[in-house]
Amino acid sequence: MPDLLEIKDLTLQFNSLRGTVKALDGVNLTVREREIIGLVGESGCGKTITGLSVLGLLPRPQTEVTGGQILFRGDDLLALGDRAVEDIRGRLVAMVFQDPLASLNPVFTIGNQISRVVRVNKGLSHAEAREATRQALASAGLRPDDELLDSYPHQLSGGMRQRACMAMALSCDAPLLIADEPTTALDVTIQAQMLRLLLDLRDDLGIAQVLITHNVGVAAQTCDRVAVMYAGTVVEQGLTAEVLKHPHHPYTMALYDCLPQGKKASELHTIPGSVPDLIDPPDGCRFHPRCVHAMEVCETVKPEPTRLTEEHWVACHWAEQQPGAGEGVPA
Amino acid sequence: MTSLLSVQDLSVHFAVKRGLSRKSADVVHAADHVSFEIEHGQTFALVGESGSGKTTVARAVLGLNTPTSGTIAFEGRDLTALKRGARRDALRDVQVVFQDPYSSLSPRMTVHDVVAEPLRAHSRLDGRELNARIVALLEMVGLGTQHLWRRPHEFSGGQCQRIAVARALALEPKLVILDEPTSALDVSVQARMLVLLEELQERLELAYLFIAHDLAVVESVADQVAVMYLGQIVETGAAEAVLHAPRHPYTHALIASVPSPDPERRSELGVITGEVPSAIRPPSGCRFHPRCPFRMEICDRVEPEPHDAGGGRLVACHLPDDVDLDAPPEPPAAVTEEDA
Amino acid sequence: MATPAAGRSGGTIAIGDWRERHQSTFTETRHNVRVFFRDRLAVIGLVWIVLMVVVAVAAPWIAPYPDQGRGASDLQSRFEAPSASHPFGTDNQGRDVLSRVIFGARIPLVISSVVAAAVLLIGPLLGGLAGYYGGWADEVIMRITDIFLAFPALVLAMAMVAILGPNLRNLALAIVVTWWPWYTRLVRGMAVSLRERPYVEAAKVMGVRDERIVLRHILPNAFGPVVVQITLDIGTVILEVAGLSFLGLGAKPPTPEWGLMVSEGVEYVLEQWWISVFPGLAIFLLVLAFNLVGDGLRDVLDPRMKR
Repeated sequence: MPDLLEIKDLTLQFNSLRGTVKALDGVNLTVREREIIGLVGESGCGKTITGLSVLGLLPRPQTEVTGGQILFRGDDLLALGDRAVEDIRGRLVAMVFQDPLASLNPVFTIGNQISRVVRVNKGLSHAEAREATRQALASAGLRPDDELLDSYPHQLSGGMRQRACMAMALSCDAPLLIADEPTTALDVTIQAQMLRLLLDLRDDLGIAQVLITHNVGVAAQTCDRVAVMYAGTVVEQGLTAEVLKHPHHPYTMALYDCLPQGKKASELHTIPGSVPDLIDPPDGCRFHPRCVHAMEVCETVKPEPTRLTEEHWVACHWAEQQPGAGEGVPA
Repeated sequence: MTSLLSVQDLSVHFAVKRGLSRKSADVVHAADHVSFEIEHGQTFALVGESGSGKTTVARAVLGLNTPTSGTIAFEGRDLTALKRGARRDALRDVQVVFQDPYSSLSPRMTVHDVVAEPLRAHSRLDGRELNARIVALLEMVGLGTQHLWRRPHEFSGGQCQRIAVARALALEPKLVILDEPTSALDVSVQARMLVLLEELQERLELAYLFIAHDLAVVESVADQVAVMYLGQIVETGAAEAVLHAPRHPYTHALIASVPSPDPERRSELGVITGEVPSAIRPPSGCRFHPRCPFRMEICDRVEPEPHDAGGGRLVACHLPDDVDLDAPPEPPAAVTEEDA
Repeated sequence: MATPAAGRSGGTIAIGDWRERHQSTFTETRHNVRVFFRDRLAVIGLVWIVLMVVVAVAAPWIAPYPDQGRGASDLQSRFEAPSASHPFGTDNQGRDVLSRVIFGARIPLVISSVVAAAVLLIGPLLGGLAGYYGGWADEVIMRITDIFLAFPALVLAMAMVAILGPNLRNLALAIVVTWWPWYTRLVRGMAVSLRERPYVEAAKVMGVRDERIVLRHILPNAFGPVVVQITLDIGTVILEVAGLSFLGLGAKPPTPEWGLMVSEGVEYVLEQWWISVFPGLAIFLLVLAFNLVGDGLRDVLDPRMKR
C-alpha cells in the first residue's frame, strides 16, 4: 500500500512575544490508505500543530517551517502555493476539530453550511449540493431530513453537532481525515458512538484518518497504528498493540504507568519534572531531564528513529541498546 | 455516629423563563430525589454524564443553588434550614476545588492572597502568623515560597490546581468537594494530583465528594460511588463492586463505553444509542427506558424506587437482580440519532 | 530574600521584601509597557500628552509673555501676524497667542483629571454592586442610570450649567453628572458575567463577604475595559469643555481656555486666522493624543498572539 501521507522530519517554529518557540523538532509520520493512525501525546507536544500544518492552517507570518516535507501522495504540500493548498483542503484532506460549536457558524443552517462546502469544492449546483449534503449527513450517522438541514447549530446537541462537523468533512469524499481531539468535549457514551463512527468510516468508506488525542484509551480502541509525541517530536510509532503493550520509549512506558486504569491512587506512577519550555528546550533528547533511563549521550545527541520491527520505530538511545523489554498494559 | 454528610431526597428544579411572559416557565429537573451519605474520611464519587445532575448536587451542598425540596445535613445539622449567616459558618468545614484550574483562581490575585482569602474571612490571623500558615499549606501541596507572589497565569494547570487545593485546605475542612478536579489536566499531571489527594486525605482525615465522569479515575480513588442519570441516582454501592459488577443497565453501558487503553481488551463502542434527553421533559417512568436494551413494559409507566440489592448496593431498576447485563435481549439499535 | 521560619521562639517568616512581593506586578507592567511601545502612534500620543503636562506645569516659566497668558492685554500690539516675537501672533486684545495657548493647557488637563477621578469613583462601584447583587439593587441603579443616559449628554450639561451658572467648576460638575452612567453600565455588564466565574463562587463558598467579593474580585477584573474607555473618553471630555466654553457656558474671559479662545477669534477668522486656529489645533492634537493612547491601551489590555 503506498503511503497516503508522509511527514518527513518536519521542523517548525513560531515567534511569540517571549521568544521563538521551537514547536516541532523533526516529526516523522506516515499514514497509509484506509488506516487510522493515532497521534497521542499530552498538551504542548505538538500534535495539534502537526495536524494543522498538513492543511497549512498555522498562523502566518509567526509560523515558520524550517525543515522537512509533508508529502501527500508524493507531492510536497509545503512547496505548494496558497491556491493549490486551498484546493486540497476539503477535497483531499479534511479536518474535524475539538469544539463543534466553534467550528460551525451560528448564523447559518447545517444544510446551508455543508452545501456551501460541497459547492465550493466540487462545483455542484444547489440541488446537487443539497443531495450530497444529505448523503454526507447520513454517512455521519444522522437522519438527513429537512428538519436537520434547516436547523441551526445551537439547536443540536453536542454529539449531533460533532456529527454535523464530520458530515462536512466527509462531504467531498476526501480520502484523508484529520480529527483533532474530536471526542474530548463529548460524554463517554456519545464518544463511544463517535469512535464507532470513525471505525465505520474506515471500514465502509475507506477513509484514512489521523486521530489526534491525549486519551490513550481512545487510541487503543480505534487506531491501527499509533505515534506517541513528546515536546515536538514523535518518540515511538508502530502498530497499536506493539506500542501500547510493548513500549520501548521511556516516555511511552511512563505515560502508561500514569494511567489510573485498574490502579489505586497510591499505586499511580508519576513522571518527575514537567514539560519543557519550548523556547529553550533541553539539548539532545528533549525528554532526557525527566527520563529514568537517561544516559550521557542523551544530553547532547538527539536520538534518530530506529527500527525495532517491521512497523515499530523508536527514537531513543537507551531503547536502541535494550533487547526489547517494556511493561506495557497492566493485566 | 452520624454520617458526615447526609443528603436525603434532594430535588433541585430550575425555572426557565421563556419569552416575555413570566408565567409560562419550563422546569428543569436538574436533580430529583437524590439520597446518599458520606462518612468521615471516605471518598464518595458521583458519576455521570452531562445533564446527570452531579454538579447540581455538589452545588446544592455548597449552598450555590437553592434546593427545591429535601435535606442536606452536615454533621447532623440540616443546612437547608439555616439562615445565610449560620450556613456560612457551618460550611467552613466544607470546601471546594473546581474543574478549571485557571478560572477558579482570581487572575489578579497573587498566590499568597488566594490562599489567604479564606483565612482572612474566617480567622483573625494576620501578618507573620498568616504567612506562616500560608507557607505551610503550600508546602503540603508541593509548592514553595518562591511561588507566593506569582499570579495564576504564570503557572501550569497542575500547579494551579494544587494552589486551589491549598486554598481549600486553609480552613481545615472535614469535607472537600472536588468537581472534576483532574478532567482538565494531562495524564501525567492527573496522576500527580490523584497521588497528592490521596496523601492529603490520609494525613488530614478528609472526606471527599468526588465528582467525575472518568470511571478509571473514580475506581482509583473512590470508596463508594453513586451513578447518576438525568437527575437521579440509578445505582449506589462500593466503588469496586459497582464498577466491576454493575447492576443497572446504564452503569453497565457506561462502563462498556469507556475505551480501554489495552488494545487487546475490546471496548463495546456504540453499545448505547441516542442522546441524553432533555431535563425539562424527562421520559415517563424510568428515565433511562428509551435507551435501555433491557426495557420492559413496566419501565415506561412506573418510576423504579431504589431497592437493596445486597452488600450495600442500591439499584433503581425494575429488572431482577440476577439478570446478566452482558446479554441484552435484542441487539442494540443501529447507531443513528434517535428521538428521545 | 525569603528565609524559612526558625520555630516559634522569636522565629519569623520573612517571605520576601516589598520588591519580591510585587515582582509579578513588575513583570506584568514591564511586559505591558513593551507591548504598548510597539504601537508607534500610541507612543506619539503619550509623548504629546506628557509634553502638554510639562507645558502646563511650567507655563509661568516657558511662556514668553506670562501676564498676557493669564489675561493681561496689550492694546498696542493687536492683531499682529505670527512673527519671531509672537510665533502664534497676537489676538484682538494684543495678547500673545502662544503664551495663552501654553497657559490654556492647564485647563483641559486638570478638568479631565478631576472628572475622570470622580467618574471612576462613582460609576464602576455602582455598576459592580448592581451587577453582582442583581435583584432590586440592580433594578434601581440601572433605571437611574437609564434615566441619565436618556438625555443627550451635551444638552444635559448645557442645561445644568445654565441653571447653576456658567463657570468651569459647574462645567466640570455637569460633565461628571452626564458621564458616570456609562461606566456604571459598562461595569454592570461585566459584573454580571464575572459573578458566574468559578473564582467568585469559590470565594462565596469560602465565606468571603459580598462587599469584599465585589471589591477584590469583581472590580479589579473589570479594570481593563474601564481604563481603555476612560482614556478614550477624556478626549471627548476635553472637547466638551472646549465646546461649552466656546458657547460661553464654561470658562469666562479672560481665562485662556482653548475653546473660549477659538470663539473669541471666530469673527476675525478670515483675516487674523491665527487667533482661532492655534488654540483649535491645540485642542485637536490633545484629543487625538488621548485617542491614540486609548487605542494603544486597548491592545495592551486585550492581549492577542502578537509577533
